[in-house]
Amino acid sequence: MSRSSLGRNAPRPVRRPVAIILAVLASASLLVGAACAAVPASFAAPPAYATGVDPEAWALVPAGEYLAGQFNERARTDRDFEIMVTPVTNAQYARYLNEALAAGKVRVDGGRVLGHYPGDPFAGKKHEKPIKAGAWPFYVFSDPAARITFDGKAFTVKSGYEDHPVTMVTWFGARAFAESHGWRLPTEAEWEKAARGVDGRPFPWGDAIGPGNANYYHSRDPFETPGRMGDTTPVGLYGGKSYGSFKTVDSKSPYGLYDMAGNVDEWTADVYAGTHQRYLRGGNKGDYPPDLRSWARSSAPPDFAGPSAGFRCARDPVR
Amino acid sequence: MAWLSDRLNYLFKSTKGLVLTAVGLVGLVTAVFGMLSGPASEWGLKDFIVRTLGMRLVEAEREGRIIMLYHSIAIPVVAILVYLITDAVPMKERQRSTINATITVGYLLTMFDGLGFAYFGHSWLLHGLFIAGMSLTFYSGGLLAAALWPWNKEHHVSDPAYAHLRSGVDLERLAFFTMAVATLGSAAFGAAAGAYYGNGFQTFLAENLIREPHHSVAQFAVIGHLHIMLALIAVATTLVIGRWFDFKGIWHKLAMPLMILGTVVLTLGVWGVVTPLEPAAHMVIYVGATPAMLAALFLILYAWPKLVRERLAEQGLTRAGFGRKALALLHDPLKFGALWQMVYMNFTVSGVGIFMAVTLDKIIRVWPSKEERITLTGHWHILSAIVATIILFYFADMVGMKGRVRQWFGWTIILASDLAFGAVTVFSLKRLFIAEYDQQPLVNVTMWLTDLGLITVLTVLAAFLVWRLVDLARARGHWREDVAEKGILGMDATVVPAKTPTSTPGAGAGTGGRS
Repeated sequence: MSRSSLGRNAPRPVRRPVAIILAVLASASLLVGAACAAVPASFAAPPAYATGVDPEAWALVPAGEYLAGQFNERARTDRDFEIMVTPVTNAQYARYLNEALAAGKVRVDGGRVLGHYPGDPFAGKKHEKPIKAGAWPFYVFSDPAARITFDGKAFTVKSGYEDHPVTMVTWFGARAFAESHGWRLPTEAEWEKAARGVDGRPFPWGDAIGPGNANYYHSRDPFETPGRMGDTTPVGLYGGKSYGSFKTVDSKSPYGLYDMAGNVDEWTADVYAGTHQRYLRGGNKGDYPPDLRSWARSSAPPDFAGPSAGFRCARDPVR
Repeated sequence: MAWLSDRLNYLFKSTKGLVLTAVGLVGLVTAVFGMLSGPASEWGLKDFIVRTLGMRLVEAEREGRIIMLYHSIAIPVVAILVYLITDAVPMKERQRSTINATITVGYLLTMFDGLGFAYFGHSWLLHGLFIAGMSLTFYSGGLLAAALWPWNKEHHVSDPAYAHLRSGVDLERLAFFTMAVATLGSAAFGAAAGAYYGNGFQTFLAENLIREPHHSVAQFAVIGHLHIMLALIAVATTLVIGRWFDFKGIWHKLAMPLMILGTVVLTLGVWGVVTPLEPAAHMVIYVGATPAMLAALFLILYAWPKLVRERLAEQGLTRAGFGRKALALLHDPLKFGALWQMVYMNFTVSGVGIFMAVTLDKIIRVWPSKEERITLTGHWHILSAIVATIILFYFADMVGMKGRVRQWFGWTIILASDLAFGAVTVFSLKRLFIAEYDQQPLVNVTMWLTDLGLITVLTVLAAFLVWRLVDLARARGHWREDVAEKGILGMDATVVPAKTPTSTPGAGAGTGGRS
């Protein structure tokens, strides 16, 4: 029977669309499979930039009222505190690990550094896991994302990452670092006030965000590889300087803190009843801008270590 | 003037015109507002759109904006389903026209005033009209439930092929009615909490607080509302698709009681999250979801063999091997596609949801909350979009899409949307098989496939709408046949029989149904 004799509205053969479907599905599967197997483009050594910001510096945040949360509710901090101007760097954390290892306060187990944590009260709530006293991971150096390596004797920072924020550190490890210096992690409230000051601004520097303000997803900083793989940036990079063709805007917080939005999420101190999760603030290099707003929070178990999680410390003012 | 009034009559009085208008508006809003986030934002389109349209975006109001955007898209989709239900289920013409008119005004007010309020400054007049629009939509739902009243003897069924009670009550009609009542209750359930959070923008996105150890009653209500509304939209869509296929026989008799039971238990389970029974509510929800999903499975078990039988009959074949049967099943992409998307939903939505529920503490909550959020948002965005494609298949058949266009339209949407949904599913569950440090190549590929799939679907949708617009501009376009068939200018109060689109590909709408 000829096609014309089937009439104008006769159903057409389906072989071509089916063949195309199979071809496209096969191609898509191959692409996804290849992507899983692909090694991400990364720097052998990252560009070296001197930001001029001192990672050992501290800033004073005075006690008093501030506007908290997304809806600017009135809140207050009851005492002055100091907070690190930048996140803790790889160099600072490697120094701590070496000192703690020498003092017998941590030990290496497989690809992890373990240390003691005294445990949390356990309420037995739904989804709550007990955090018992004992040895917990502080740092995971076996992950390819780790910028600190261990040669069996000492911890060393991979070349070029000394002044990048430490990552692959757990909440236990962040807390231990702070306590080893007589410091502490900031509470969520302290962190937020330090980030946005008292006037309710959504970002540490003001109302709007652009690639010159912070390291976030596809913000086109010099540490982003051609494959759009985000990486940490040196602490204090967004201080208004230009690095080659990349121009930054001075994006410090009202108290002079850098990297309070983007780069790495930062562990905070609070341990809440009914959950073992710990809270992180600030957003990271892989987040879209809304997650960099000062009130945005995320959470993870305290033994979680990732390439986007770091921390900074707080302390009582040094008189 | 007559030129314009004829076309307005088509667009706002005929089912096809009403659905076309709503589909067009939803497509437009999706295309424009989709540029404010994700890849389009990265490409700089967000700044262009904001500047060009004069949007006023405040960071702290993002969540409130998104919720109004969701409603501005969801309410027209609900309207589309209502149009399809009033068209497919027998009721008085006066009821049909009143329901359609009410919900049309309702969704237009919701859509335009909601978006106006959220994105273009905060005129409280617009906010009031947004609320008025949702209230009208709710009212039309009440009218629909009344029109669907299953115990009206006028609509009793005697044909033994269709599920019914001994008294003659049509169980399919009862399923529609149950869905409508459950939707009304669930809308009110969300509206009460929404009224609280909407006062001063104290609002939130459910995915941002799902991991919090404590939730207030109002927070539970919002989380429950979004889940049950999506589930009920899926139930309504399944029932409408059942009418399309003239669902009957043993599978129908098994499916309809299960759908009614599933709808009731699922809805009560979700409502239960705001009661002291909350710890048990999730189990009730699983129990309710199972029969509803079984009912959908029974529809597929009925309809796929039917598609094969009808195609083989068209070809004059009485016996066929597996290959020929498979080709017969795939012959009509619109009908196959609507059913296939229900199956595919199990991989990309239901399966992911069950996996999350089962492994929540062991896997999902070992990850950072942002990973859980990605999985959750992927889960319900896919559900919404997959339902939209099913509706599109039905509507394309309804307007008489034929021949090669039918093949390309259907297969392109199946392929492109499933590519996008599959890619989103892989992306959202990437942490299962790839570490954060190694993820970027996978992220790039899945995002690229997602963009490719969604842009293709939107392009096909745009082409479809342009086709209908061109038809509308023609003096003797198909739209005129629809107007004439509907008798729009001379409505009466007689009961109009159930109408289902064609059961043979390419033919126009016909009548079907039961005694």
